[in-house]
Amino acid sequence: MSDAPATRVDAWSIESIVRTMAPLLLVLSLLEMGSGIVLESFEETYLANPTLLVLVPVMIGMGGNLGAIVAARLSTQLHLGTLSFDPRTPALRASILAVLGLAVTVFSVLGVVVYAIGHAMGSPMALATLMTISLVSGLSLAVVAIVLGVLVTYVSYRRGYDPDDVTIPVVTNACDILGVVIFSAVVLVVL
Amino acid sequence: MDARGSARTIYRESLPILLVSLCGGIFAGVVLGTPAMRNGLETYPGLLLALPAFLATRGNVYGALGARIASGLHQGLLDPHIAWDRRLVNAVVAAVLNGVGISAFVAVASWSILAVQPGRSPASLFALLGILLLASVLTACVMVVGLLSVVFAGYRRGADPDNLIGPVVTTLGDVFGVVFLAIAVALVGVIA
Repeated sequence: MSDAPATRVDAWSIESIVRTMAPLLLVLSLLEMGSGIVLESFEETYLANPTLLVLVPVMIGMGGNLGAIVAARLSTQLHLGTLSFDPRTPALRASILAVLGLAVTVFSVLGVVVYAIGHAMGSPMALATLMTISLVSGLSLAVVAIVLGVLVTYVSYRRGYDPDDVTIPVVTNACDILGVVIFSAVVLVVL
Repeated sequence: MDARGSARTIYRESLPILLVSLCGGIFAGVVLGTPAMRNGLETYPGLLLALPAFLATRGNVYGALGARIASGLHQGLLDPHIAWDRRLVNAVVAAVLNGVGISAFVAVASWSILAVQPGRSPASLFALLGILLLASVLTACVMVVGLLSVVFAGYRRGADPDNLIGPVVTTLGDVFGVVFLAIAVALVGVIA
């Protein structure tokens, strides 16, 4: 009992926080640099079409947001004991439908807004081209987020990890990394 | 509940946060597309390579700080005020050390990745390190103050801090990450 406060303060020591986080951060940043290599290899295309450069930060971040929605809902259902990995169950189907709907909305808005920004920046691109790039990348990303969300929750459930600690960070980071890769692949095909 | 009905509920609950994050991302993209920043990306090869890792580590480092503060509030270990509390100071110092340290690592790694590729030559290690260190220190100040203010103010008004952290971290991180990167590029351009 007497050492309880000491242990508590200890978990809040600078050394222990840095030591817990640093290895994870190193691995994640190395993985993120994988998508950086893809981005850098397309540098000429992006610098020649600054309108595409405007899409890059959203493509880096939005996949993770979508993945987090799937992962958070599945983790909650896992804690409540109502989780099923059968895609015919209403709960899983609802998450899948919602994420697809969110992706359609967000990436349509993105396409239109960036089209307007491109005109204002003086490097216009055709609306059809931008919408194709935005929606095809966005929907592919949503499908990846759903598949990864289900897969990682399933694996952490099988191995007995706490899904809150494992699933959300893994899915978020994986989707962030794949976002840039998918986007660059779509740009390569469409342009 | 049927799948369609609950899908609509999830959609309605998640859309506002995604739209806020979308605005932050588009703003960051506009900064990235400015002539000054494009010039910087061209002048300092390796910077675009470092960008995803730089932006993502903001999310991981300050997301973890936010989660720690939320747990501290829930457990009654922290008071919802910005004060010279040992736990709070430790958590903030550790997050800043992690954030700045990992940015230095990203700078060195990006430089090395380009240096070993035949036919590619990175910007000077000094310039890349300078830009990323400067940007990470500036971002750290805004992220710490912004995160603590929003989470504490939200908590005092009865909001669950867990729901505030994600959107605050992604939006502040995207917006200020790229803005401070642009400022750092300009400053290093003056010095070097």
